[in-house]
Amino acid sequence: MDPMKEVPMTVTVNGERHQLTVPPWETLIECLRDRLGLLGVKKSCEVQVCGACTVLLDDRPVSACTVLAFEARGTHVRTIEGLARGDDLHPVQAAFVEHGALQCGFCTPGMIMATVALLEENPTPTADQVKRYMRGNICRCTGYKRILEAILAASRQPGHAGPGDGR
Amino acid sequence: MLRPFELCEPTSVAEASGLLAQHGDAARLYAGGTELLLAMKEGLVHYDYLVNLKTVPGLAGLRRDADGTLRIGAAATHRALEREPLVREHFPALARLEADVANVRVRAVGTLGGNLCFAEPHADPGPLLQVFAATARLERAGGERTVPLTALFRGPYETCLEGDEVLTEIAVPPLPPRSAAAYLKFGYLERPSVGVAVALTLDDGRVADARVAVGCVGPVPCRMPEAEAMLRDRAIDESVAALAEAGRRAGQAADAVTDLHGSADFKAHLVGVLLKRAFAQALASLRDGSPVL
Repeated sequence: MDPMKEVPMTVTVNGERHQLTVPPWETLIECLRDRLGLLGVKKSCEVQVCGACTVLLDDRPVSACTVLAFEARGTHVRTIEGLARGDDLHPVQAAFVEHGALQCGFCTPGMIMATVALLEENPTPTADQVKRYMRGNICRCTGYKRILEAILAASRQPGHAGPGDGR
Repeated sequence: MLRPFELCEPTSVAEASGLLAQHGDAARLYAGGTELLLAMKEGLVHYDYLVNLKTVPGLAGLRRDADGTLRIGAAATHRALEREPLVREHFPALARLEADVANVRVRAVGTLGGNLCFAEPHADPGPLLQVFAATARLERAGGERTVPLTALFRGPYETCLEGDEVLTEIAVPPLPPRSAAAYLKFGYLERPSVGVAVALTLDDGRVADARVAVGCVGPVPCRMPEAEAMLRDRAIDESVAALAEAGRRAGQAADAVTDLHGSADFKAHLVGVLLKRAFAQALASLRDGSPVL
């Protein structure tokens, strides 16, 4: 097969199917922000250390800054924009608000997407398991106590990991 | 921003190898991209072609032979290794190492083969695989060879792979009966400053075999024969008593370099500290009768 300068792909983003053609060097964050206008995906460290750009590829949390867009072929990409239903926040979002687990808010979309992935994988994590899982998501404002409290509180909400249709 | 490149998606190892042969230095294998894309984004390296190894079927598999050897496809992710019951049950030290590589996002995408081939010195898997006496299968169009993990690394970011060779599988033989392994690391940045792996085999109250490898501190991970000789073939207490000196020798032999991860002296010291702790952890798991690998 000849080398490709463009990659055609079908991808579902927050429940909506898209037919896209992307150059192989386009990163997922460029695709999500610049093509699809999903500005909740935050660009920060660009070296997979901070977690601000965390999105889910199917059930896997990834750094959108360092994953190539074509890797989303055939997957369901979930971003912070896909969580709430109108004014009804996702249980994890609601817990972050309730517990004041954010200050400037820049890390928050990544924190919340990582939490969603964690709770889908382990619906009742211990505090230590949460700390370990979330170690790769960095907040430079609040410290982590309230974030930890919010995540544990969310894990006690029934239906927090409610899967399926875009959530 | 990444500079433009073209994408090749081979469907066999021979085709991947052929693409590398055809394009030479203009092409690079790409699997998880967790290391390569960072270097490309920084502009440190550029390739006209990336050859996507993930489109070659069968390279992400995991299986265990009848003799207990674990065969890890080079494109298996850290996440798969962390979760796979075969690894957790039979090679728990490897499962624990994999569960602690970088962060959850890197583990979801990064592959063991990519980690080894990129040969970034501050990486976890090398030293533990070396105490397991693991081997790597290197294939190219029309041939293959197997090299021990102790011979894979040539220097920072440099391996023994020829330009058209593809790492396809890592084989990890089981340790002898009454053996346990442990890997401990220390670091305060995203990557570890020091990593020490130990494998012990007990026989009738003696340390029949002790294997030690050190990673991250020097240019390449390596086994520490001098330290191993001081710990092996002795009563357990004698072996424990020799740990301090063995750690000092291993610290010297590790060829520590001063960099952002710490000074050479600091790292050499930590080799001794981690050797003691890893030895104690392996010994404790043998005495408990809990994980015996």
